[in-house]
Amino acid sequence: MAAGPKYPGFDTLALHAGQSPDPATGARAVPVYQTTSYVFRDAAHAASLFNMERAGHVYSRISNPTVAVLEERMAALEGGVGAIATASGQAALHLAIATLMDAGSHIVASSALYGGSHNLLGYTLKRFGIETTFVSPRQPENFKNAIKPNTRLLFGETLGNPGLDVLDIPAVSEIAHAAGLPLLVDATFTTPYLLKPFEHGADLLYHSATKFLGGHGVAIGGVIVDSGRFDWEKSGKFPQLTAPYAGFHNMDFEEESGTRAFLLRARREGLRDFGACMAPMTAFQILQGIETLHLRMPRHVENTRKVVAFLSSRPEVEKVLYPEIAGHPDNALAKKLLPRGCGAVFSFDIKGGREAGRRFIESLRVFSHLANVGDAKSLVIHPASTTHYRMSDEDLVKAGIGAGTIRLSIGLEDAEDLMGDLNLGLRAAAKG
Amino acid sequence: MEAQLGGRKAFAYTAAHALDAAKPTVVFVHGAGLDHSWWGLQSRYFGYHGFNVLAVDLPGHGRSEGAALASIGDMASWVKSLLEKEGIQSVSLVGHSMGALITLEFAARFPAMASRIALIGVAYPMKVSDAFLDAAKRNDTAAYDMETIWGHAPQVPFSGNPNPGMWMYGDTLARLSRLAPGVLHTDLSACNSYAAGFESAAQVACPALFILGARDMMTPPRGAEALVAKIKDARVERIRPSGHSLMAEAPDATLDALIGFLT
Repeated sequence: MAAGPKYPGFDTLALHAGQSPDPATGARAVPVYQTTSYVFRDAAHAASLFNMERAGHVYSRISNPTVAVLEERMAALEGGVGAIATASGQAALHLAIATLMDAGSHIVASSALYGGSHNLLGYTLKRFGIETTFVSPRQPENFKNAIKPNTRLLFGETLGNPGLDVLDIPAVSEIAHAAGLPLLVDATFTTPYLLKPFEHGADLLYHSATKFLGGHGVAIGGVIVDSGRFDWEKSGKFPQLTAPYAGFHNMDFEEESGTRAFLLRARREGLRDFGACMAPMTAFQILQGIETLHLRMPRHVENTRKVVAFLSSRPEVEKVLYPEIAGHPDNALAKKLLPRGCGAVFSFDIKGGREAGRRFIESLRVFSHLANVGDAKSLVIHPASTTHYRMSDEDLVKAGIGAGTIRLSIGLEDAEDLMGDLNLGLRAAAKG
Repeated sequence: MEAQLGGRKAFAYTAAHALDAAKPTVVFVHGAGLDHSWWGLQSRYFGYHGFNVLAVDLPGHGRSEGAALASIGDMASWVKSLLEKEGIQSVSLVGHSMGALITLEFAARFPAMASRIALIGVAYPMKVSDAFLDAAKRNDTAAYDMETIWGHAPQVPFSGNPNPGMWMYGDTLARLSRLAPGVLHTDLSACNSYAAGFESAAQVACPALFILGARDMMTPPRGAEALVAKIKDARVERIRPSGHSLMAEAPDATLDALIGFLT
């Protein structure tokens, strides 16, 4: 064993990073600082806080002690310099983009995205002058070919929707860095337990904390983490971070804070002005989940592997899309990047189209039919009869979704019960 | 501000203010492998409270060009050259770790220029372990891990950062990851081989303040005692909960100590 000091392990950080027993009361659990604002010691103290001469909290839209514990803990688990918690995962994505670029900018994004992210990039941001080119993530050179002079960001999901495309982070980040651009990844499906995107070259990442981080399905939230490794000054493409900003003390964020430039502007402008902050009770609830992330994720994966094997053996099933299956196009990449498992959300195609899918869904008793993933309880949705029901079969195929595609999010129940439930559904679907 | 020294760009953070000959000047000197941004809160305070601030990036660090300098004496002379270039004749200096040795050496060599010195997180001799030096020489990231872990109090990974949402370990590692190969080793070697501490301390003519972290693993407070004793007008402020990275771990207490000393 090499000599030298050791960092605390992941499991320890999941329980302790960012918080010591409350100095005021000795409380061991993270206190919920349910307050909007913080009393200044005197006028000079107030001025120093506003001018960033002293550390501390001013107003809970900008920072809050409970939220700060979550932020620091996530930065520790991901190996970043810091983090900002947001009102939702979508707010985290928006905050990243709004911090890095202005109207006239361009993003190259994976086409294998969560529908909400696709809406934001493909439609909503367009209204504000930010264009996106979507590319298939299966060939990293697609990202390179789509880069334009006004491109400011490459973006993808660690595991894409709906086919679980594994983003080749080492290859895509290399392409990004060669072009002086950062790579942002949505790491929601993998969590830092299964994949550490910064170790493979990503520069920024975010989570919908609503999903596995919380795990309990009681709170909506997001968090964005910065690796602090992208050199904005050297890139020369980000005056937002490298030139004086009249909107905040004429600050040149990179000169002021170096590795913390992105988070500084995101907090001091983005949270201040757009206001999509996280509530302290939400941070507390997400933290309760993170404290057991290292225990839950192995069980999610273990159950998923059993269910994937079960479905793969069934004649009612057309195909199962999970990267650990030998036939999945990203099988080799998954072995390299995701040795601990490819998460617990995946799709399969049931024979018999929309009607079979509907019968399947309506026969399940343990799986909950709803629009969410990453809960401790198993979840199911049939896009063709719910979220995408207005689309024709042809349009569904274009979106990478079949008429019989079912998405499962495997929870922590007894795997035998899950397979028993799926068995009921498959039999009902086959009866016609 | 930027200046040319020996044909190389030299950078110092000035808290967004132009230098004003009518104001007193505080020079901040960073430690091994780091840069001006490590002084963020403290340097900003003085820049907005009646002082010129020059938080320098030593050659090969941050925004300053050139190879890292090989000795503490060379670094002290480089700081003097920068001040001369800017026409500044008298300064207070605040140095952290390696920067504290530079500050000490500056005050000894150029007593007419140093009006006060604050030495933060300092010990003398500043011996660096063979394992640390060897790892840095190989540009092995284990050296960055040692600087990060030994550079903070043991409780840092299990406690909250006063700067909301920031992770101190990650911040230090990110900064070190941007260093050119060899820079950290050059810095550590300069600290390790600096042998003039007691002689220089005896020559210090200005008041000196030592700001020491009681939980400093890199430069434990007892390692500064002999140096304190050699300086005629020296006092010590011990910051109980802090490790070596006092500016980040105890930013307000460090700033308050500096305000008390420099204003």
